[in-house]
Amino acid sequence: MSGMRVQAKKEGDVIEVKILVSHPMETGTRKDQKTNEVVPAHFIQELTCEHAGKVVLSSDWSGGISKNPYLSFKFKSNEGGSVKVTWKDNKGETETQEAVIK
Amino acid sequence: MSMKRRTFLKGALVGSVAVAMPRAFAEAARTAGFDAKDYENALKSVSGGAEVTDSPAIAIKVPEIAENGAVVPIQINAELPKIESIAILVEKNPVPLIANFKLGDNGVGYISTRIKMGGTSNVVALVKSDGKFFSAKKEVKVTVGGCGG
Repeated sequence: MSGMRVQAKKEGDVIEVKILVSHPMETGTRKDQKTNEVVPAHFIQELTCEHAGKVVLSSDWSGGISKNPYLSFKFKSNEGGSVKVTWKDNKGETETQEAVIK
Repeated sequence: MSMKRRTFLKGALVGSVAVAMPRAFAEAARTAGFDAKDYENALKSVSGGAEVTDSPAIAIKVPEIAENGAVVPIQINAELPKIESIAILVEKNPVPLIANFKLGDNGVGYISTRIKMGGTSNVVALVKSDGKFFSAKKEVKVTVGGCGG
């Protein structure tokens, strides 16, 4: 049902993080085409990324991010090590994934 | 013995409340504007009513025509100083505010993701830089909407 892949690549002092999450991202307004019933909302509400003990990205989402979300962002750091990405959805489900910076 | 146990339990309870508080605050800090059903109000909620200036320093890369509104790739590049946040809004979506990305002190003005569009609309990037708000917009023509499904 869920699952997350995180990649982090360093070029000079810029680290690019690429994230792919398996998640339905249901807005709560979509109707099931067979049953004609509204599919309950189920979407990621927040996603954060930490590096070297600091939050380098925190984000708030609506159901307007596509199903199986993809996100890429960049930050500057002279340190290597790893990044830690965590998401949490409106049902309280959460997942954390760490990736070594390459 | 049982008194001590009571006291201990009370202490534990107070402790857990104290730990729970910051988390409650963190959740309260969710960006305002997700409840807004129209673009003007969503924009106002994110900017806090502050003035928003059009900026050529923000580049939005989106397809001119999206065949499938359920998956529209978007890339934002902002060449502005001290970028604090980048929000993505779709003017005509039922929930116009897609997401707000808050960058750390060493953030780079770059976001790439995939969004849903209910139909042809302007896509707006709202960037907070050094305490001020800047925006740019670009139209995407959507062949098949991706909100009602």
